[in-house]
Amino acid sequence: MSSNHSVHREPAVRIVKRDTVTMGKKIFVRAAAILLALVVDAFFIFFVTGLNPLSVYRVMFDGTFMTPIRFSWALRDLATLLCIGIALAPAFRMRFWNVGAEGQVLVGGLVTALVMVRCGQSLPTPLLFLVMFVTSIAAGAVWGMIPSFFKAFWNTNETLFTLMMNYVATSIVACMTNIMRGQASSLGKLNMSNQAGWFPQFGITFLPDILNQRYTINILSVILLMFGMFLYMKYSKQGYEIAVVGESENTARYAGINVRKVTIRTMLISGAICGFAGFLIVAGRDQTISTASAGGQGFTAIIVAWLAKFNTFYMALISFLLVFLSRGASEIASAYSLNDFAASIIEGIILFFILGSEFFINYRMIFRGSGKEVQA
Amino acid sequence: MDYAVRLRHVTKTFGKVVANHDVSMDIRKGEILALLGENGSGKTTLMNMIAGIYYPDAGEILVNGKTAEIRSPKDAYDLGIGMIHQHFKLIDVFTAVENIALGLEKNEKFDLKAIEARVKEICEKYHFELDFQQKVYEMSVSQKQTLEIVKVLYRGADILILDEPTAVLTPQETERLFNVIRNMKADNKSVIIITHKLHEVLSISDRVAILRKGEYVDEIDTAEATEASLTEMMVGRKVELNIGRSEPVNPVRRLSVRNLTVYNLEDVKVLNDVSFDAYGGEILGIAGISGNGQKELLEAVAGLQPAAAGSSIEFFERGSENVAMELVGKSPRKIRNAGVHLAFVPEDRLGMGLVGSMGMTGNMLLKTYGKGHSLFTDVKAPRVMAERVKDELEVVTPSLSTPVSRLSGGNVQKVLVGREISEAPTVLMTAYAVRGLDINTSYTIYNLLDEEKRNGVAVIYVGEDLDVLIDLCDRILVLCGGRVNGIVDARSTTKEEVGMLMTNLRKEGTAREQ
Repeated sequence: MSSNHSVHREPAVRIVKRDTVTMGKKIFVRAAAILLALVVDAFFIFFVTGLNPLSVYRVMFDGTFMTPIRFSWALRDLATLLCIGIALAPAFRMRFWNVGAEGQVLVGGLVTALVMVRCGQSLPTPLLFLVMFVTSIAAGAVWGMIPSFFKAFWNTNETLFTLMMNYVATSIVACMTNIMRGQASSLGKLNMSNQAGWFPQFGITFLPDILNQRYTINILSVILLMFGMFLYMKYSKQGYEIAVVGESENTARYAGINVRKVTIRTMLISGAICGFAGFLIVAGRDQTISTASAGGQGFTAIIVAWLAKFNTFYMALISFLLVFLSRGASEIASAYSLNDFAASIIEGIILFFILGSEFFINYRMIFRGSGKEVQA
Repeated sequence: MDYAVRLRHVTKTFGKVVANHDVSMDIRKGEILALLGENGSGKTTLMNMIAGIYYPDAGEILVNGKTAEIRSPKDAYDLGIGMIHQHFKLIDVFTAVENIALGLEKNEKFDLKAIEARVKEICEKYHFELDFQQKVYEMSVSQKQTLEIVKVLYRGADILILDEPTAVLTPQETERLFNVIRNMKADNKSVIIITHKLHEVLSISDRVAILRKGEYVDEIDTAEATEASLTEMMVGRKVELNIGRSEPVNPVRRLSVRNLTVYNLEDVKVLNDVSFDAYGGEILGIAGISGNGQKELLEAVAGLQPAAAGSSIEFFERGSENVAMELVGKSPRKIRNAGVHLAFVPEDRLGMGLVGSMGMTGNMLLKTYGKGHSLFTDVKAPRVMAERVKDELEVVTPSLSTPVSRLSGGNVQKVLVGREISEAPTVLMTAYAVRGLDINTSYTIYNLLDEEKRNGVAVIYVGEDLDVLIDLCDRILVLCGGRVNGIVDARSTTKEEVGMLMTNLRKEGTAREQ
């Protein structure tokens, strides 16, 4: 027995898991995190760029809210991000780490684009939309199903598999765009002459300007999905099966759940919704396809799904925050001709604090001697 | 008096739950102290504080007479304290010696030969049987436990804490462990052992300390204690430790298993030509050393294990006793819906029947959610059922939506068994229903099973404790090497007879069903 160890003092800080956290405290911790982030950001802005933090925040706010058109862009981006987040939720609840949303979105978009080009002249508009819709979700579903099939039957690693499928999808899209553009230097908007397969941009006349959206179809369909997925996960039999399989395959097996079937079915759904997001991007936003169509949102959506703990309504809030931050960052960059990285740092600090606040929501710290609990 | 460890007014809370309140107790040098208490009475938490896993909220710990701040398991090791947890902390792909080498100090030389020599010394001193070059994944539970103990001794522990070391051991392995513990005591080491098995407490310990609801109740010299007195101290009131075995009334054949053969994934025959009948209104016990086909037998009946060609499991529904329903080839859900329920309690208690992150309500749904044609789950029925199970079995839970993984072991098992019996099964199969449960809760479960039997249910009980099998069951089927090695009448058999059948396979042909 060594004597040098009997002189230990009580540890300086101990970390203890919280038992229950009230809603009020959660909101307080998160609000405090954002406030703190803004303060840290203010120091950064003032000392590094020499600008007035308050006016920078003002510009950041303008990025989303200055004009109705900006707001409608923000909502459009929110819809896309949220749609992919919703797609990931059931897969993640099943502990199937689908990091292949990017690819699933791309194949959905590619198929939409192909249908627009091939059938844009021949099919009547409603039928054209129907064909685009069905083929895009089918393509996404197949892309999502392939890794789950291998996982179900040969227990392959889904993270690697879905990730690699992204690169395959990107390559296919690169190849197809090259074929489609022919001699032109770039693909450009599809069906420019007759706008076949473009979502009509309309607003609802009696609403005030700020709510009058150009991307009503994108937004409405994602709102429907948000409610639908919430109900599906929480109250449907299939949603229950997903939760059980995610928790323990042994328990699922004992309960008579066909684990293979659930795995594949869930990824069909996850992939299908990703494919639908591709459809929204191509028909409702870009009217064209490129390897950058998904734009990394398939990965950002992972953060959305996780932070919201798979609750689709929280997902909407978090998507909004992310869109607001990224629009604000690019606005700052252009307004002050700052370099992009500076704006990204401001965005990054806010994200860092929000993610960090999760720690204080789940744990509390006890400092030496105080005997007192410190409430984050 | 020379004390190894003294606890002074130790308190530990988790959120609002008080795990230990103002506990003061002593562990003397060279004694074996049994720590006793119901499930959830805070035994493990208390020991974890001595072992450096938790840090007390209040109070102090003295080791060898000096105040000690034990902030981590490493601090505990340095003070000569080692704990063997219920879940082993070993690296599967390492050999025994490599695992022991893991805990070396940074400045020590990594010399496996020298370590092996020292380990050999320890093993000879205390009579451990250990193969130094065996990889952990090839070891049995008992071998892993031996390795854990040797590891702790190698690091110079003088105070050993064993948390339910016998829960997963066979009686023979337990005896071997106790011999080693006695050797350690002779070497003036202090041993604290947590166990629910009172006869073990009486046979191994010098003194017994008792916790109830997180508080230190009392201590008693083992020589003055009896099973009844210990139980009373533990529960806080007099408890009848009787299994009210009722006479089978009007037994009706419910299950007829013929020539059941099962191969496992490695294509090894784990069940060999098993035949027996189970009757409504009786409890059929299944005895055997663990791993002799008990699990496979129940799983095959429940449709979770494919039976080989030629096997037959016939089931006779209530009301249609003359129509046999062949269960082989049916899906687990079909079999359950027909009325054959299985409640299997695995080593980790949760993994095979409950969803840890869900509350009682969600878990009630597990086997019935598929009923009906609606796309959505029934919200009301499981809540009613959870309420009923909670009331009838006195499940202690803050609310029906509290994740069951946060309940204590006994309550978890009540939820599991409660769900299976609440729907009036025709055949109820339970395996290890009292695994890790304190004695009081165990008897609650035994009496529940007897009640089911009186309701005409055919109960099949797989258990480890021979005394209980003999007291609870009507007939006992003994499995040995995947074969039926005899079916005996529980009322007239002896422990010795069952023990013989468990270990010595009778000659081919004589092992037929009676």
